[in-house]
Amino acid sequence: MTRISDTAASPRRRDILRAGGVLAAGACLPAWAQSGTPGIAPLPTVSGEDIRLRIAHRMLTIDGRASHAVGVNGTVPAPLIRLREGQNVRLHVENALDEQSSIHWHGLLVPFHMDGVPGVSFPGIAPRSTFTYEFPVRQSGTYWYHSHSGLQEQLGLYGPIVIDPAGTDPIVSAREHVIVLSDHSPLHPHVIFRKLKQQGGYFNFQKQTLAGLLAGRDQREAERLAWGGMRMDPADVADVTASTYAYLVNGHGPRDNWTGLFVPGERVRLRIVNASAMTTFNLRIPGLAMTVVQADGLPVRAVTVDEIQVAVAETYDVIVEPRDDRAYALVGESVDRSGMALATLAPRAGMRAAAPPLRPRPLATMKDMGMGGMAATATATTGGHDMPGHKMAGQDGGGQDAAGQDGGAEDAAGQDMGTMSHSMRDFANAPELKRTPTIQTIAPMPVDRTGEPGQGLLDVGHRVLTYRDLVATARNPDTRAPDRSLRIHLTGNMERYMWAFDGEKLNEVTAPFAFLAGERVRVTLVNDTMMGHPIHLHGHFFELVTGHGDFAPRKHTVQVQPGGTVTFDVTTDAVGDWAFHCHMLYHMHAGMMQVVTVRPRDAVPA
Amino acid sequence: MSAALAIALAVQMQGMDHPGHMPGMTMPAAKPAATAQARPKPATRATARPKPSASAKRRPKRAVPSPAVAACSPEHAAMGHCEAPMPPASADACPPEHAAMGHCTPPVAPPPAAACSPEHAAMGHCKPAPAGTALPAGDGPAPAAPSPTYADRIWGAAAMAPARAQLRREHGGATFSQVMLNIAEWQPRRGADGYRWDGEAWFGGDIDRLVVKSEGDGRFGARASGEVQALYSRAVGPYFNLQGGVRQEIGTDRRYAVAGIEGLAPYWFDVEATAFLSDRGDVLARVEGYYDQRITQRLIVQPRAELNLSAQDVPRDRIGAGLVDAELGVRLRYELRREFAPYIGVSWERAFGETRRLRARDDGGVALAVGLRGWF
Ligand SMILES: [Cu+2]
Repeated sequence: MTRISDTAASPRRRDILRAGGVLAAGACLPAWAQSGTPGIAPLPTVSGEDIRLRIAHRMLTIDGRASHAVGVNGTVPAPLIRLREGQNVRLHVENALDEQSSIHWHGLLVPFHMDGVPGVSFPGIAPRSTFTYEFPVRQSGTYWYHSHSGLQEQLGLYGPIVIDPAGTDPIVSAREHVIVLSDHSPLHPHVIFRKLKQQGGYFNFQKQTLAGLLAGRDQREAERLAWGGMRMDPADVADVTASTYAYLVNGHGPRDNWTGLFVPGERVRLRIVNASAMTTFNLRIPGLAMTVVQADGLPVRAVTVDEIQVAVAETYDVIVEPRDDRAYALVGESVDRSGMALATLAPRAGMRAAAPPLRPRPLATMKDMGMGGMAATATATTGGHDMPGHKMAGQDGGGQDAAGQDGGAEDAAGQDMGTMSHSMRDFANAPELKRTPTIQTIAPMPVDRTGEPGQGLLDVGHRVLTYRDLVATARNPDTRAPDRSLRIHLTGNMERYMWAFDGEKLNEVTAPFAFLAGERVRVTLVNDTMMGHPIHLHGHFFELVTGHGDFAPRKHTVQVQPGGTVTFDVTTDAVGDWAFHCHMLYHMHAGMMQVVTVRPRDAVPA
Repeated sequence: MSAALAIALAVQMQGMDHPGHMPGMTMPAAKPAATAQARPKPATRATARPKPSASAKRRPKRAVPSPAVAACSPEHAAMGHCEAPMPPASADACPPEHAAMGHCTPPVAPPPAAACSPEHAAMGHCKPAPAGTALPAGDGPAPAAPSPTYADRIWGAAAMAPARAQLRREHGGATFSQVMLNIAEWQPRRGADGYRWDGEAWFGGDIDRLVVKSEGDGRFGARASGEVQALYSRAVGPYFNLQGGVRQEIGTDRRYAVAGIEGLAPYWFDVEATAFLSDRGDVLARVEGYYDQRITQRLIVQPRAELNLSAQDVPRDRIGAGLVDAELGVRLRYELRREFAPYIGVSWERAFGETRRLRARDDGGVALAVGLRGWF
């Protein structure tokens, strides 16, 4: 059976389903291999003050196919680490690999030298050695952990963390399931990265085609010409797709049918973690509404929706109340809709609900090119955007209309497109940027898109969570006005597969983003690219500026929609050096990362 | 109602953060500041936030409105009824303890908005005073950027240096390579079957690369003619590279210096323009381009054109001034894999002007082609 560390006794798994015990067939197989059998074990859990984790190569079997992985204590995802607010924890991490490794505690507020980023906060865990992390646990909620070395995260080195509150949990539920979404490829991550460098669109098999044009699909001719003139591909929604990825729930493929049990009528808490390397998931449970109660580990006012776009590295806790004695499909559709992660919520093991078909993939719009302001103007003048009687796209493949409608908006602004192509890289729109080949485009009129559903979800015909729906349940700990503001551009070049902040890759950066201890700074992220970027700041939560004043939602990772902006206020109260990066693994690896320094005010800069 | 009672009541209500009270209900609107000051600690807290470093001197979490201190007039203070405010000090000089005692005023003091809860505001019952993220940002200066080596204090510079170097190398500094044969084909012809190739290989980073290009053709049983170029390539924009180096002819001893530009033009045209200066001083030029039109996800048609030009007659090489020759082709490939795509096509070649006369026996024509586009 699964090797769990000595201290892995998990006395506090009261809420977690123990369906695994019923699997006789699984007795001689590790947990990850108990696939293809109805009802799948929860992740092994480790807890206590001393926790041992062992990083080693593994084989991972997905839908019956074996591929190479790096796991922790023999499992992918790594074991669930269950802690309690207020405790101390020592995590002894043995690196059994022949290369450096590391673990970063994503979302946990730890002393900076325990943050686990080699080259920023510590030297890394050398091959065949053990490193002990030690820190007090000063928060509660759903978090996760992953390697920050090389591309190990893509190989399987990620796992969930659940921290129970010191007192009683204000979020009441009869049971809970941890849902770790991820992506896995039989290709080695170095190969994936090389392919992207050699040909940015390598994994995209949903491009626009001549056959599509003749069949009346996707953009019409004039639009295609306009986009071609800008050398921009509206079908470029995800870099790495189902052409190589299997999308996983708790390490299991769609056919494995990972199942979470419930008793009809129960309040079930799902702790959703997007631990993917590269996949933005659109998560829904057809037939069940989801009430979001936590975002990135921190409580938010309950808001009920039908679909959530979960960006890479985000976590959401939702409450579902399945009333019927039937199976529900838990669907994590990749943002480009090339594939889906699929699991089942059911009253009994062995059940399964029909998976909805993949919806047609979205096409990028003018707004995704950072022409939000112009699109709005164009729409306002023609009044064509909110057309009455517009057919809602259901789960039956009507989602194509989404692209169609956006196309309408583009037509409205069609006359602008010619001139626009010349201004797609106008440095007058961002004079602070250096002119580097990393900057393919500069959003001419980026707009705050936190009030919109994520890419492709505008017209799905049901409630979709937006960032503006998130409101903190407690007043923010720091409600001062920011002393200053800072604008950071998210830049990239799809042709050369280069990604950076402000046009400078980490290897080219000469100065970090500097902060003083206790500074309050308003940071605006401007996405000059046509892809969403989940931006993560280590060691801090920040307050999204989304109109909720001192009840702003606090996050550790924020998705900046294509061509859009996100503004947050941050109190840099954690002295040290912190990683700041896009959580798309290959974007980070291509250079979309920087270091944030926070220094005591009385200290001499060093 | 005594002031103290009013304050206590207001504190409690704010602490409750509960709908059901409105501004001015329990106390005059002019006094909310006193309320905030009297409040000892926020009653509602977000998830506890650790103070990772003792050295991180923090300002008070909750701003204390400055008008509060006005409630203690000098007369009152003199009578010992209250404590007079200290002159405002800098943020660092005003620790939370002091601020709580009213000894100093931390900067930026938004009045608490709790009196108008978001629910009420949403119902239009009240208008919340701006607070938290609703406040405008100042335009303070950014601090000087220190060297990001804080971890050296804990792990030592010797331990951190290699990890830091690796971090930078890995995140944007890696080198890659690609070998691409765009054309590798067999051309059945009357007389003797021919062949043709055109490809390049690159090695390097995102900006600087070594590029080797080769193209040529021939007929089975005869000598091939073609060339190899070795170039230094530098990215000069998001789409284009400047290239310079040498070209060696295959089958002759001719050598050229090469200067060119290649890249992706609007509408996704792959274009290349190159000038050549031979070791005998002759100046030549070449313009070529191709376009990949996807018919389906894997079926792609590639029209392609290449024009050679010369500034002068070079009879020895059978080159005439002006447009020397042109090659137009169209190839239909099927990407079994992205890297492996067999194709069929047709290509048309022709020499022009003086060149046509010089090459009387061999001035091109139409040829079918069967080939393979491959890269790794
Ligand atoms: Cu990114």
